[in-house]
Parts: sequence; C-alpha cells; structure tokens
Amino acid sequence: MEGNVLKLKYLIPNNDFLNVGMASSNMKKVLKQIGVHPSKIKNASVAMYEAEINACIHAGGGNAEIEVYPYKIIIKIIDNGPGIPNVDLAMQEGYSTASDEVRQMGFGAGLGLPNIKKHADEFEINTIAGEGTEVTIIVNF
Amino acid sequence: MGEYFHSVRLDESKCKGCTNCIKKCPTEAIRVRKSKARITDERCIDCGECIRVCPYHAKRAITDSIEEINEFKYKIAIPAPAIYPQFKNNFTREDILTAVKRLGFDEVLEVSMAADIVSLKTRELIDKGEYNKPLISSACPAVVALIKVMFPNLVDNILKFDPPFEIAATLARKTAVGKTGLKPEEIGVFFISPCAAKVTWVKSPVGKDKSQINGVLSITDLYLKILSNLHNNDKADKFDLSSFEGIRWANSGGEALSSGTENFLAVDGIANVIKIFEEIENDNIEGIDFVEALACPSGCIGGPLTVENVYTAKMRMKKIIADAKNIKNSQINIDLVGDITWGNSIEYKPIMKLDENMSVAMQKIEDMEVIFNGLPGLDCGACGSPTCHALAEDIVRGIANETDCIFKLRDKVRELAREMMDLEAKMPPVMDKEVDVKLEDKV
Repeated sequence: MEGNVLKLKYLIPNNDFLNVGMASSNMKKVLKQIGVHPSKIKNASVAMYEAEINACIHAGGGNAEIEVYPYKIIIKIIDNGPGIPNVDLAMQEGYSTASDEVRQMGFGAGLGLPNIKKHADEFEINTIAGEGTEVTIIVNF
Repeated sequence: MGEYFHSVRLDESKCKGCTNCIKKCPTEAIRVRKSKARITDERCIDCGECIRVCPYHAKRAITDSIEEINEFKYKIAIPAPAIYPQFKNNFTREDILTAVKRLGFDEVLEVSMAADIVSLKTRELIDKGEYNKPLISSACPAVVALIKVMFPNLVDNILKFDPPFEIAATLARKTAVGKTGLKPEEIGVFFISPCAAKVTWVKSPVGKDKSQINGVLSITDLYLKILSNLHNNDKADKFDLSSFEGIRWANSGGEALSSGTENFLAVDGIANVIKIFEEIENDNIEGIDFVEALACPSGCIGGPLTVENVYTAKMRMKKIIADAKNIKNSQINIDLVGDITWGNSIEYKPIMKLDENMSVAMQKIEDMEVIFNGLPGLDCGACGSPTCHALAEDIVRGIANETDCIFKLRDKVRELAREMMDLEAKMPPVMDKEVDVKLEDKV
C-alpha cells in the first residue's frame, strides 16, 4: 500500500438493473472492515449508490475508482456515456431524463444528484456532452 | 456471566467437523479447528441456524431443566404462544395450559398477554410519531444481536421495549407476590421457549441488568410430558387468556399487524432479515414505519426448539387464532408492569473491523485481496472457513494459514513432487546405477 491510501476499483455493469448496487455494497463492506464510523459509512454508501445507479441507467455503465485515506474517502464514478448537458437542471429535485422503461422499474425519480449533495461533504461533476461524465464524491471521516 | 454468554453449544462427541454449520451461519461465526466446529463468541447471535442444519445433531441450545422449579415455593410457567400449534387442534388453549400446569407449576401465565401490552405501547409510540423510521421490533433477541454486530446504523431504530417474555415475567411475579404474600425471591418464573436466542437473552439481557426470569425450559424438552398430560387430563382449568392478537405474535407478521400502522414490513428467516436490513441501511426502502424481523422461518413457530414442522404449525395456528377471537380479552393490569422501556443503552460491537488501527486495517484489506486472488474460489469449506473470502480474512487476522487450503496444499505437493522428480533424475556418479551404461563407454 503506497502511502496511507487504499485503492479500490469496481466495475459498474451496463443496464444490469436487477444487480445494480454491487459496487457501493462492496465498498461499504470494506469501510466496515476498516472501522470507519457507521454514519460516515452510510453517507459514502448512499452517495456512491446514487452515482452508481446514474452510471448504470443513463451511461451504459462505468467504473468506480476509490481512494480511502484514514481521514476521508474520494469516490470517482467515471463513465463514457452521453454526458449531462445542463448540470444545474439535473441537480433539481424531480428532474430526470430516465426512459419510461427505467422509470417503470422504480428508478428515475430525479432525486439521485440532490441525494448525493445531501450526503457528500464535497461533490463535483465533470461532464462533456457526447464524451462522458466523472462524478467525484468526498466524505470526510 | 462473562462478557459473552451463548446458549448455542456443541456436543463434540457428535461433531464430525463437516462444512454444514460453517456455511449456514449468517455471521460466519463458526470455524472448524482440530476437526471440531468452534463458535466465535463475538460473532454468534444465537439464531440457531447451526442447530437446525447440523445433520449429526451435534448442536444444541442449553436450557434449564424442569427439576429446577422445585427450588421455589411458588412456581409460575410463562409459555410462549409458539407452544400451542405443537399439539393437535383438538386440544384447546386451556387444555394445553392445564397440561403445562400439571408439570408441577402453581400458575401459568401466557406470554401473549405481555405481547398485547407491547402492542398497546407500540401503537401509542407510532401514533405520536416520535421515532426514527422505520421502527424495528426488538421481540427477536437474535435480530437485536444481529444489529449490534452487523448493522450499526440501525441501532437507533430499535423499538426499545423489553420483549414480551420478560414483561410477562415481571407481571407474573408481581401478581403472585400480591396473591400469595410471599417474597419476590421465593417465586420462580420459568419461561417455556421455542428458541435459543431467548435463553441467551435471559442469561445476558439487553437493555437491563438482570432478567426477571429464573429459568428457561425448552418446548422440545417438555413436549412428551405435556402430550402425556394432555391425554390424561379430563377437565381443563380456567385461565385468564390473552387476545388473539397476542397469540398471533408467534407467526411472522403477527406483531406487525398489531403495531398500529399499515406501513409495515414483516420479514422472517435470518438470511432474509440480513438482506432487508442492508436495504434499510442504504435508505432503499421507503414509506415503512415499522419492521418486524424474526430470525426463524415463519416466525417463532419455526424456532429451533419446537417440535412440529412449521407448515403444520401454521395451519394449526389458524384455528387457535380463530377460536381466540371468540373469547373476550382479559384485562391486564398495566400498572403492575411498570416501565417497559430499556434502562440500559445498546452498544454497537463491530465484528467486521480487521484492526483497531485504521492504517493497519487498510493494509490488511490489500493483503486480503492478494491472498484471495491466489485461492481457488471454490468455497468448499475444507479449510474450516466458510468461504475463500473468509479464509483470506482469517489469514490476515492471523488465525489461519494459506496451507489450510487443501488446493494450495495440493499445488505445493505437486511442486515438491516435480522438484523431487528433477532431483531424482540427477544422480551423482557414485550412486548412478543405471545398468546399461558401462564404465568404459562413459570414459
């Protein structure tokens, strides 16, 4: 382990709605094994889960790259999807570009990004239309 | 009683060191060491899955024996409602309670009376709305223990009332003191239980220092005697009986139906409870006010210390509940019960932490991945750990070795065999006795 950082990588599968959440679930397990405070684990899990779902339903899947430090966690969810044309609009509660099929499964309520903001200490979206999106979530321990 | 008391124990003479219990345990608390199953105290939640699954009947719950009631001047039995469907439907509730009384008790009080009290108090709480949603029932001690070790974020959701069997004991003792004039310690209250988790709770209570119950008897131990009494009894005694709602607690969903909200979720079977709790922890379940979670399949009627198969029991419960609807409820003297809220708080006991030092734990995670990638991934259990991942974890925790894995051992043997073959081919001239080679030819 270089320095004091634990690096984790998870694949977010494409359109696998029934199994989505495995990456954040695995990360949660690791945080429990490290002994991170339960409320911080919850914040990181909920935030990552929302980003994971977004990558799955909007972007055809992606990768989760995580750096765990003793004092914080940096979660990057990276995809090569269509990107987010208007981030401010996307951040509005209730706004969603999810297809009907996806909404029928219970996703696409438009609360994902606001939920990330609620649970993360720092939250950044880097997106290029037509190329992809990188969501960075930081939770301090 | 020491830091951990667990009622689930192993009879070593029957244990074969097989893989059944280590794989079934929901908290991966069991390992096979020195050819016997060993339960890790910190991880055991006394759910009794290992008792259920052991094909050699090597796992059992320690309970008290009926003879112990004789240490008391006045003996009270408090049977769990799961006792009723153990017997055929031609026997009424009063028949069964009489048969229990004839075991040597002075009095019998149904635990379901206390269940009615908890339902009442729960409805008041839900009505006020002053609780963390969803509220999680504390009736199943195995589930409370599960939350303590695996679901720290749910500790504040637990309904902090004493379980019905404890409240019944308080009620029974206080009533008896009033009736007989005896001192409280001269009265023996014995709980007749369908499960191991409740035995553990009595010896090592959660939320209070000491239980009011003097001993726990298992339904299995008393079954034949009760059956015999049932066949001998001509006329049943009269008892104050609880409502049908109290008895219904023995079924999965029973407590939830009486909780005062329709937004409830009832889950039974420990593996299912774990799945649901993971969803709740992730805020993935919406709109639920109350969660009833029971470790045993179909609820307490499926407990490891019951006799009848759970589907027959479920069928019998239907009639028992239907008959109970015809009876006017007894008035319970709630004042006798006092405050049923937990006096002590519950701590989260994280079993998953690999090390007290976070940096060391982080290094162990990395080491674990490396080790895991070198294991065959068959989860065969031959090493004594339930899965390859568990073995990798045990290795970094320092309680197992890579060579415990028989596949890794076989690989090593093959490696060694190859080395041996190589060595064997290289004989020093002095020892080389190959017949066809003549000394002259070599020179």
